[in-house]
Amino acid sequence: MELLDAFLPYLLPIVYAVAMISVFMGLCSYSVLAERKVSSWIQGRVGPNRTRLPLLGHIPILGNLLTGLGIFQPAADGLKFLFKEEIVPGHVNKFYYMLAPVVTLAPALTTMVVLPFGRYVDADGITQPLVLANVDLGMLIILGISSLGVYGIVLAGWASNSKYPFLGGIRASAQMISYELAMGLALLPVFMWAAFPGSDYGMSLFGAVQSQQTLWLFIWQPLSALIFLVALFAETNRLPFDMAESETDLVGGFHTEYGCFKFGLFFVAEYAHVIMGSALFVLLFLGGWNFLPGLADPWGNGLIGTLLSVGWFIAKVFAMIFFFIWMRWTLPRFRYDQVMSLGWKILLPLAVGNLVFNTIIIALYDTFTR
Amino acid sequence: MAKTKVLERKPLTFAEKTFLPQIVSGLKTTFGTMMQKGVTLQYPEERPNIPDNYRGVPTLVKDPNGREKCVSCQLCEFVCPPKAIRITPGEIDAEAEPERAHVEKAPQEFDINMLRCIYCGLCQEVCPEEAIFLQDVFSLSGYSREEMINNKEKLYELGGTLPDQHGKWDKKKAAEQSGKTH
Repeated sequence: MELLDAFLPYLLPIVYAVAMISVFMGLCSYSVLAERKVSSWIQGRVGPNRTRLPLLGHIPILGNLLTGLGIFQPAADGLKFLFKEEIVPGHVNKFYYMLAPVVTLAPALTTMVVLPFGRYVDADGITQPLVLANVDLGMLIILGISSLGVYGIVLAGWASNSKYPFLGGIRASAQMISYELAMGLALLPVFMWAAFPGSDYGMSLFGAVQSQQTLWLFIWQPLSALIFLVALFAETNRLPFDMAESETDLVGGFHTEYGCFKFGLFFVAEYAHVIMGSALFVLLFLGGWNFLPGLADPWGNGLIGTLLSVGWFIAKVFAMIFFFIWMRWTLPRFRYDQVMSLGWKILLPLAVGNLVFNTIIIALYDTFTR
Repeated sequence: MAKTKVLERKPLTFAEKTFLPQIVSGLKTTFGTMMQKGVTLQYPEERPNIPDNYRGVPTLVKDPNGREKCVSCQLCEFVCPPKAIRITPGEIDAEAEPERAHVEKAPQEFDINMLRCIYCGLCQEVCPEEAIFLQDVFSLSGYSREEMINNKEKLYELGGTLPDQHGKWDKKKAAEQSGKTH
């Protein structure tokens, strides 16, 4: 018993982390399903509706419903990737070829350490975030680590030692560099307002959410929200910015030479980035777990209140994921030079202007109200 | 001389230059499509409606009395562009059908190679006895080449009976009974 008490402080974080990773991976596989289903609905198709698990799929009405919605499909997809023949082409650099999928997935899973996903009220009546590590500069960690994901793509493109993956890797790196700047600059006003002189929220993501109790940030910072959203699409390599992949001109882009489980890892990593991006957008601009603009916290202080806040946050994240998929089938892919000119000639100046404008507003407000 | 009308291109407004209104209308379109009912047919369970004049797998039919209609004239064999039909003519068994024997012939063997058939329907068009028909079977598969050759039994099984009103042999019999053979 004493031994358990001694180890508990070390054991609990591991348990929490494993639990969060499991939930997160579950979300990843089901966003793959959501992608397949929503894509097919938008294209007037049906989508996966045949996979049926033995016992669960044969419950009279529920089983048919679940099968029709493709609920069991992610299991089939994952198993397919797992049991396919592991082919390594002869011309690749084996070490980096194997390393690339891991390097792509790891950052997406690492960033969720600082991602708050709900709130609880502790014994002293203070609202606390539900998060693995409540650090003050969580946003910086996310920005720093999530951009490491591009190394996986570049590594894959380079280690594959063939034309199309190479081009995909180059495009991905150029695109990442271009949009990272606009993304960071678009975020600065948000944190400037959240850590406003006299506000008690500070620079943490939790603070950013709590500062949106009365008004969500995308309502009064629409330009920041728009720039951040566009940059987010670019950073997650989603259409209309999937330069790294662009099936039509680069076969499969950086993962042309990959198959079976290594391709599966790339696939999961893409959706992990999408979920992280959605969660981030919800936290920063859509009020996190705050119920509605103006009506922040209708749920109580107890356990149910906590669960409701988490549920509402996840519902918003799902809405954002749906938006990502919806956007994918609405806009065609940009040409490469259009991506570059949008990033450097439009988004970056806009972000700088937005930053300067907000700085002046804050300075004026600070001068005249004090 | 066709009249050409030169459309004047207006410069884009500011809203149009940002592309945002266009993206919003595009989102509306895709969402509208998503809400529509799908047109997919769940194939093995649901089958499409086959129109009457569909050209499916060629089959042999029998007349309402269960007699073979084919007289093995071999016109279909000659007309078949990919040479998919192979007929071996034979005699009609005199004991089973005494009135037809030595008057008409019947195919001893009738093979249609479905690996060669192009479903053109010329055999049906050329047949003087209305014995061969392209019916509504559209999906055909097998494990070997031999399996894909439809023999006589298979062709009659697929074709069934055609409820026509010609009654060639019935008319002959009726004429004989009333004494007006010619």
